[in-house]
Amino acid sequence: MKTLIALFRKDLLLEFRQQYSFYGVLLYVASTIFVLYLAMGQPEEQVWNGLFWMIQLFICVNGVAKSFLQESRGRMLYYYSLAGPRDFILSKLFFNAVLMAILSILAWALFSLFLGAPVRNGLRFFGIAVFGGFGLSLVFTFLSAIAARAQQNAALMAILGFPLIILQLMFLMKLSNTAFSKVIQESLLQMVLLLAGMDAMVIVLSLILFPFLWKD
Amino acid sequence: MRLSWWKILCIVQLLLLSVAGLIGGVPAKPILNETIRNLYYHVAMWFAMSIFFVVSVVNAVMYLRTGKQKYDFYSVEYANSGIVFGTLGLLTGMVWANYTWGAPWSNDPKQLGAAIAILIYVAYLVLRGSLPDLDKRARVGAVYNIFAFFMLIPTIWVIPRLLESLHPGGMGNPALNTKDIDSRMRLVFWLLAVPGWSLLGVWITTLRIRYKVLEEKKLQHA
Repeated sequence: MKTLIALFRKDLLLEFRQQYSFYGVLLYVASTIFVLYLAMGQPEEQVWNGLFWMIQLFICVNGVAKSFLQESRGRMLYYYSLAGPRDFILSKLFFNAVLMAILSILAWALFSLFLGAPVRNGLRFFGIAVFGGFGLSLVFTFLSAIAARAQQNAALMAILGFPLIILQLMFLMKLSNTAFSKVIQESLLQMVLLLAGMDAMVIVLSLILFPFLWKD
Repeated sequence: MRLSWWKILCIVQLLLLSVAGLIGGVPAKPILNETIRNLYYHVAMWFAMSIFFVVSVVNAVMYLRTGKQKYDFYSVEYANSGIVFGTLGLLTGMVWANYTWGAPWSNDPKQLGAAIAILIYVAYLVLRGSLPDLDKRARVGAVYNIFAFFMLIPTIWVIPRLLESLHPGGMGNPALNTKDIDSRMRLVFWLLAVPGWSLLGVWITTLRIRYKVLEEKKLQHA
């Protein structure tokens, strides 16, 4: 637990010290959404929703990818001598989840600013956006750990991740669609539980499988 | 040429199937009519694919546990066969859908799930291809294989049971509607089609594994 917190703090500190990478991601978010606005104007709510989740996906790939790619071989060896693989992956998962939550809120704010604000039930949409961002960040954190073992990894991450994430993304789109009207859908809870179950599965799988990735 | 018993069984089953599948009796169902015969080919492909993906993931686990190269060969070759059978399943399904639904592709949850499954395993092959080191390739490949398999379970075995679909079996069992087929069809399906196609796939895979092992030996002695 102590190493976990230490590793998490280290990631946080790195983010503060090397602010260019964080600003890079922020700029990425802002410019993609701005380009979208130039291309689409203010679309209908269905389109808005679809675009929002696609942008979330790309933000996630770009924001999370660096978490393992920034670690050089030597530094990995250093961590290896200090902490266990489980602590390491857990701290990464947790850190990326926090990062993605911040980026999700930012993306929503920018979307509302540029592409119009069709969301009626703000609280629910907020919850779904953060929850969805959490799920996406988990999957892509683990995939970035895999991709970091291979060369030309950033492109590889997209290839590996997109088919795995489609299902989750489809559910998230359906879920967040409910935030556009006052209509209540009864299968809401079922979908949330299913997604939560998948998130839990990803965490457990990462804990089991990461030790094999880590030793070289 | 010496053939082991299961290869002979496979040949006999597929020969019988090609006769019984085309001229055997089938119940006349509305909409489905004679296309119900596709059950012997299309659905059997999915059974074979599922079996191969399960075998592949079991071998991936075995590889991570023992580190023996042969498990890696098994794992990747069964994944390959799974992709081939999955693609055939998708194609036979599209031919069928063209006649019964009016279009080869209609965004049915089952079609989407099948397409996702194939994409995942093709990504697995791409990942392996991008790793030049043999040992690393096997280990990282096995890790992705296991991860992808667990992500696949909801995609092709859980979700299709929950969502509405035009596919026979509707909201229940994605493979087949047990009420649609009668005892004649059940006999042909379970005795000939499913084991026949699966055995053929195993046969192809074992040949490929043997080829790969020989290649490996040649490299070592070179």
